[in-house]
Amino acid sequence: MLKDITFGQYYDATSVVHKCDPRVKILLMIAFIVLIFVSQNMFSLAFACVSVIFVLLISRVPIKLFLKNLKAIWVVLAFTAVINLFYSNTGKVLVSFWIVEITTGGVYRAVFMALRIILLIFISSVLTYTTTPNSLTDGIESLLSPLKYIGLKNAVHIFAMMMTIALRFIPTLIEEAEKIMNAQKARGADLENGSLVERVKALIPILIPLLISSVRRAYELAEAMECRCYNGGVGKTRMKQLTLSVSDLYAIIFIAVFTCGIIGLNIIF
Amino acid sequence: MDNIIEIKNVTYEYTEDEATHIAVKNLSLNIERGSFTVILGHNGSGKSTLAKMLNGLNKPTLGTILVDGINTLAEETEIEVKRRVGMVFQNPDNQLIASIVEEDVAFGPENLGLPPKEIRQRVDSALKAVGMEEFVSSTPHRLSGGQKQRIAIAGIIAMEPECLVLDEPTAMLDPKGRREIVDTLHKLNKEKGITVILITHYMEEAENADRVLVMNDGEIISDGKPHEVFQNVEMLKSVGLDVPQTTELLYALQKNGFKVNTNVISVTDTAREIKKVLEGV
Repeated sequence: MLKDITFGQYYDATSVVHKCDPRVKILLMIAFIVLIFVSQNMFSLAFACVSVIFVLLISRVPIKLFLKNLKAIWVVLAFTAVINLFYSNTGKVLVSFWIVEITTGGVYRAVFMALRIILLIFISSVLTYTTTPNSLTDGIESLLSPLKYIGLKNAVHIFAMMMTIALRFIPTLIEEAEKIMNAQKARGADLENGSLVERVKALIPILIPLLISSVRRAYELAEAMECRCYNGGVGKTRMKQLTLSVSDLYAIIFIAVFTCGIIGLNIIF
Repeated sequence: MDNIIEIKNVTYEYTEDEATHIAVKNLSLNIERGSFTVILGHNGSGKSTLAKMLNGLNKPTLGTILVDGINTLAEETEIEVKRRVGMVFQNPDNQLIASIVEEDVAFGPENLGLPPKEIRQRVDSALKAVGMEEFVSSTPHRLSGGQKQRIAIAGIIAMEPECLVLDEPTAMLDPKGRREIVDTLHKLNKEKGITVILITHYMEEAENADRVLVMNDGEIISDGKPHEVFQNVEMLKSVGLDVPQTTELLYALQKNGFKVNTNVISVTDTAREIKKVLEGV
């Protein structure tokens, strides 16, 4: 059951999107999200749709993986759509009962909002599918590095180190949790039956050993890091330098076109 | 004689539950540069405490330890000591920092502030030295215990230490993984001239060492070539260690009046020894 947890769902392939610098990808994703919200009419949103689909296609990640992500949030999607359905009373009345009436304006709005959310999910999935957790961390560290000029000298490094270690230990801890669960099951623990409260209570004998062993691990890891001359990142260099390539230039040109398109269509219509 | 490590009258005390325990008692020892030393002892014999003192993780309560002439007590040279004496622990899972093999191996050299090109070189040659070069971009999580431990060793070697201290590196591995590690250590010792100090409770691993030390209650009770130490079957058993089966067999034969040479350890040599006796009879 714990094996289903996927984290940093990287999909290995060779594409222009995969080759992009993580910093550029993070910035572009932020730009995309902002612009999707900026688009105000059907024309600019349609343009955004086309652009997002274009990005999905050139990323060479199977479309069904993106659709899988939608499945996880369909409740949110349906909820937003239904709420927006009643939100507007412009246009022709389609259905009317008791005090509610559904208008064409409402339907338009519901579709519009749902589409926006779908685009958001798609574009952020592109980032996680095409970037390894490690380069994502590197990208974040590099983007946050200006913070060191405002007195947060070590904070950026510590944050990146924490993320690296967390990513490294997720599979290890999942494995450990599974071992403990099996050990407790062998001792007669019942994790699957009973009421919700009972099942939550049954988790306590799993969480406590897991916590204790994590603390022990942390202690050993700290010693091992010390043995490898770690001193809080002072004077540290990096083996892999982040460098901008041609792919990044394409990405920047693309986002420039996209920005002009959205704003232009917003003004024209 | 050129010593990489000089231990002079070292005592280590620690306090637990308001009682003072002595883990290492007035111990003096020199480790020769380029040698392969195995330290044997059962749990609580003080061998791990001693290991952690060699690179300054533990500071001696009394006495001094010199690594390449540098006192491990001095704070300002702490990094210098650690880059000379690399340390590998029991659980490979708790020593690996990054989720990609090459990035993990690069961690040490990155901390030393080396230029990216040199780090790349060191990472590649360290992985090659432990025979893991094909796993450069794998996830440690998917490797076997022995492979993970070799990655941990590569991470230390990439810092190019003079001396490698390993605290029971094979305790959590299967026999195959254990073999891999011991072979790798001998290879590093011979080809790169790295001084190896292997701490273990598996006697077989001491077989090809230059020197074997036996620790009990914080003291060294035996020191010599492997076959010299292993001859002392009674003493080894009294401190809770098992002698290699071959030695035990030859020892028993000798006790019963057969004229065998008890200073061989490997299975082939033992077989030859027994054959000689049988043919003689």
